[in-house]
Amino acid sequence: MQGWYPIFKRELAGYFVTPVAYIFIVIFLLLAGVFTFQLGRLFERGQADLRPFFDFLPWLYLFLIPAVSMRLWAEERRGGTIELLLTLPVSQWGAVLGKFLAAWAFTGLALLLTFPLWITVNYLGDPDNGVIVGSYIGGLLMAGGFLAIGSCVSAATKSQVIAFVISLMICLGFLLAGFSPVLDFFKGWAPSWLIEAVSSFSFLSRFDGMGKGVVALRDLVFFGSLIGVFLYGAGIVIEMKKAE
Amino acid sequence: MIELNSLTKRFGSPSTGILAVDGVTLKVDKGEVLGFLGPNGAGKSTTMKMVTGFLTPTSGSASVCGHDVVKDPIAVKERIGYLPEGAPAYPDMTPESFLSFCAQVRKMGDTTESRIAHVVERVQLSGVLRQPIETLSKGFKRRVGLAQAILHDPEVLILDEPTDGLDPNQKHEVRALIREMAGKKAIVLSTHILEEVEAVCTRAIIIARGRVIADGTPAQLAARSRVHNAVTIAVRGADKDQMVSELKRITGVRDVDHARQDNGLCRATAIAKHGHTIAGEVSALVKARGWGLEELRVEHGRLDEVFRDITQSK
Repeated sequence: MQGWYPIFKRELAGYFVTPVAYIFIVIFLLLAGVFTFQLGRLFERGQADLRPFFDFLPWLYLFLIPAVSMRLWAEERRGGTIELLLTLPVSQWGAVLGKFLAAWAFTGLALLLTFPLWITVNYLGDPDNGVIVGSYIGGLLMAGGFLAIGSCVSAATKSQVIAFVISLMICLGFLLAGFSPVLDFFKGWAPSWLIEAVSSFSFLSRFDGMGKGVVALRDLVFFGSLIGVFLYGAGIVIEMKKAE
Repeated sequence: MIELNSLTKRFGSPSTGILAVDGVTLKVDKGEVLGFLGPNGAGKSTTMKMVTGFLTPTSGSASVCGHDVVKDPIAVKERIGYLPEGAPAYPDMTPESFLSFCAQVRKMGDTTESRIAHVVERVQLSGVLRQPIETLSKGFKRRVGLAQAILHDPEVLILDEPTDGLDPNQKHEVRALIREMAGKKAIVLSTHILEEVEAVCTRAIIIARGRVIADGTPAQLAARSRVHNAVTIAVRGADKDQMVSELKRITGVRDVDHARQDNGLCRATAIAKHGHTIAGEVSALVKARGWGLEELRVEHGRLDEVFRDITQSK
């Protein structure tokens, strides 16, 4: 993991030297507000919780996270800086992890900036803050999962547009894994254990579970290993694509 | 300091892939400035990428300061300063933040500030330290790349086309910098500019189709030229055809080229046989015939001609 920390710092600072970070955060907060108050009717529901916000969060992430992850490696490859980065005394895993953690910290920051919503419901009523904390942790884990997928896809291409579209499709697959459009695809030919396995990959079902305030160890293990697998994949893809 | 042993790189499958580097064996010692020459696609960059640990060799081995690039890549990368082709750098960083990032990765600690100040002065970057790299001219970008490569005062310096695309003044500066550092380091540089090899390198290697096909000092390589030791003369009062036949009669002369006559001035180039010097005989001939000597020039051979000969013939 040698060298991950300077890379993490450089990447994180990199979001803020260009307008990218500000645009992302503003749009994220704006959409979060629209979804929560307009579509989710937070006030009209008459319940002091953040259910409307967390119901829309996965869909917001589906589009915004691939936009963050698409540049992670595609940009390095297009600009040739990957050769510079990987001939500095850093290990390949250090580079993969440093970049991933910076992106994760950045999206975590954006998520943290939704705290006025939390203040609002606490001001208006008496919400179950345990449920809210669980949902925030769930949101963060989901963002990590999407980012790891995006890292791996970004490593495979020089084109950020392709990275965006393919990451979005894979993330959509994971989001909907427990739902009929995806399961119908497997029904009829796949053995039942496979269908069960596929449905257990569903981000939405897990996120809903955590939204009830239960952050189970198996959810942590699930997201942790998913992130590990995709980052490992990113490392392999980088090694394979170096020669191009 | 650098040792390559049958270093080989194949891209793609064993049967249909491209053999980019084919069994390169060589050694570079401290104090040497090795010029890596070869046509585009000859395998120069690929070889450098393997030495710097970016690409993994298909077979063979490479070691830098005793550390194997595959077994101990971090130790190798710590000891190398590398300027990749085109001097890539992060466009939205400033030279200042970019160099301090490199210093952090290299764990330079307390020496960071003084080393950055030193290299900035060395490559004359102080005027643009706080401008984004993407706004800099090609010359400045190249200097940023060079500054990054020499930041940690590495024992081994690998420069892939360090002067490509620079104007003559900038080329001169970069060459001066390389000459200044020579002696304390082992330096490998690739180039297409043959005068550069003569200007800075103590040794030159020509590589084509992934193989080393010539290895020697620039003077030794130039001596393989057909015109090595050739003598060009311009004289008055001679007849062209007579002069040519008289020149051909000299024992060391293999052939006479470029014979022409205008306004009473006869010119010709006498090509020497391998290992012969003919300047003395030619000048004696001019004197004996009583021709009026206007010009007499000894050629030392031209590297570009040697380069063309040996990279195209095989």
